[in-house]
Amino acid sequence: MAGKTLYDKLWDAHIVRTEEDGSALLYIDRQLLHEVTSPQAFEGLRLAGRTPWRVGANLAVPDHNVPTTQREEGITDPVARIQVETLDRNADEFGITEFKMGDIRQGIVHVIGPEQGATLPGMTIVCGDSHTSTHGALGALAFGIGTSEVEHVLAPQCLVQKKSKSMLVRIKGAVGTGVTGKDIVLAVIGKIGTAGGTGYAIEFAGEAIENLSVEGRMTVCNMAIEGGARAGMVAVDQKTIDYVKNGTQGRAFAPTEVHWQEAVAAWQDLHSDADAVFDAVVELEGAEIAPQVTWGTSPEMVVAIDATVPDPAAAADEVKRSGMEKALAYMGLEAGTPITAIPVDKVFVGSCTNSRIEDLRAAAAVARGRTRAENVSQVLIVPGSGLIKEQAEREGLDKIFIEAGFEWRDPGCSMCLAMNADRLEPGERCASTSNRNFESRQGLNSRTHLVSPAMAVAAAVSGHFADVRSLEGGA
Amino acid sequence: MEKFTQHQGLVVPMDRPNVDTDAIIPKQYLKSVKRAGFGPNLFDDWRYLDPGDPAIDNASRRLNPDFLLNQPAYQGGTVLLGRENFGCGSSREHAVWALTDYGFRVVIAPSFADIFFNNSFKSGLLPITLSETEVEQLFEEERQVAGYALEVDLQAETVTTPGGMVFSFQMDEFRKYRLLNGLDDIGLTLQHQDEIKGYEADHRAAAPWLF
Ligand code: SF4
Repeated sequence: MAGKTLYDKLWDAHIVRTEEDGSALLYIDRQLLHEVTSPQAFEGLRLAGRTPWRVGANLAVPDHNVPTTQREEGITDPVARIQVETLDRNADEFGITEFKMGDIRQGIVHVIGPEQGATLPGMTIVCGDSHTSTHGALGALAFGIGTSEVEHVLAPQCLVQKKSKSMLVRIKGAVGTGVTGKDIVLAVIGKIGTAGGTGYAIEFAGEAIENLSVEGRMTVCNMAIEGGARAGMVAVDQKTIDYVKNGTQGRAFAPTEVHWQEAVAAWQDLHSDADAVFDAVVELEGAEIAPQVTWGTSPEMVVAIDATVPDPAAAADEVKRSGMEKALAYMGLEAGTPITAIPVDKVFVGSCTNSRIEDLRAAAAVARGRTRAENVSQVLIVPGSGLIKEQAEREGLDKIFIEAGFEWRDPGCSMCLAMNADRLEPGERCASTSNRNFESRQGLNSRTHLVSPAMAVAAAVSGHFADVRSLEGGA
Repeated sequence: MEKFTQHQGLVVPMDRPNVDTDAIIPKQYLKSVKRAGFGPNLFDDWRYLDPGDPAIDNASRRLNPDFLLNQPAYQGGTVLLGRENFGCGSSREHAVWALTDYGFRVVIAPSFADIFFNNSFKSGLLPITLSETEVEQLFEEERQVAGYALEVDLQAETVTTPGGMVFSFQMDEFRKYRLLNGLDDIGLTLQHQDEIKGYEADHRAAAPWLF
């Protein structure tokens, strides 16, 4: 018999029972909750007269709607305020731990999970948010669910799930300097397409992935969903264990000393066996990956910084061609334009993809001694959590940003989906470190180009997209 | 959960791939803490010429006459015909609630995003996967036949065209059973409480740091 994949191991360890048609009742170790997808779940629970099965398995935080500036004034948008207050009330009523808006531990749900030790290797983790795949970077099975499923997990701590197929994405060899986890994952999506991973759980592996920090791996797994896969994961190695040990000590959910050795011993097995068989294998050469920039309205519409905007005439089929034409029209771009000739209006560094301390350091390295280009009207730097903000300020990163003419904000989702006041005006073009470039994602008729933090700052100081490898501090 | 057995309804052809959840229901409507009332804002950015917001009365906004849902021919449509990767993007179940609140009962496409597909069943919206060729054929026929309606039978797993052509689809047994009977998922799972407790006790013993 062939060995097991990491996905098999995580799956098998959490089966409560199996139905005749092969679907399984899966036990969930951790549920993360935020204000947008949980109110109807709590309401459902209340209506049915049910209570949470295991209160301690949950962690709640408001992030999507919170303002990133002038917090002391509270939330001015009344509809958003009701939603955040509803979360506060639900968490209080059911006794669920919540990091409220004024708490230094508040932040984007996918950032604070790992930060607090609420995300651990070997866990099953769910959240009513598609970017839950982020947490797979620690060798966990993590995936996004809908609100009915949020309610389902609250009630019996389980979910009925069909097992996905398994895909191995291997990045062979190392990537060049200036190439980050963001560029790797964008290149992967460019290759497999936004539906390429549909029905699969993806394990990312290979030298380039091993070389990434755990934070970089989170960036990669975060965008597994943009390749269609509900779950992305990376095997546990010494870096993972060190990350949990050093990063989460003393935090709310970290394992205690008593169980530490036991836990580490169990985590050693969280990798695919050498003879494991995957349903699909995709390989990319690390050396061939350059910094990436998306040009269209889907993350798969991506090219290298030294390329030009592609020509729909070269598309493989009619549906693709018309999709590309629509995207170019929406983005206000002409085929054949060099990517480096595209000017940007605003820049956003943040989101659960790229708002961790390492992202801010990379952004600051390029920003140091430079200033915002004249045609760039706003550069937002939004840390992923209050603790990251504090750390960045200890390192003086905030000063570098402010001196460069950037805005240093409070943690939240911010302009990633523009549910709060941070948004683009119609037609504005943004270099963004977030994960989705869909139509109107960052504001009605906004134009989003997805890039890494260093590339976003390179665009901010150049006024147009620029190859970060040619800027000092960028490589 | 709402029951689904058979349905016959007018087809609305949405001829574009990768229809994402941001397009189905834009984020400003996600601020609602309710489950109903999303229908008027389904495909909001495409449907109206003026920008929308929960605070704005939809009746005061100009409709985009070019958009499908605003055309007389598609009023009362209940079967949405889509292209590949339908429902990609976020996990928001609001996308399904908006579709059902508007009146859709069925979405037919060559492929669906996983989370959207899963969410559909929770509100009695039936997502049907047919092959590219079959979907193409339906688009083709719809262009030619005014008032094109399809008949969907979940028990038999078939889609029947006005001309009598029958396409088969497949559905997981367990999902089909729950949908046919309109069963409450949580109630069903709670029938296995003892098994869950047993598993949990073993799990706690094996991995106490998780508790
Ligand atoms: S940062 Fe963006 S993608 Fe991440 S959870 Fe918030 S809204 Fe979703």
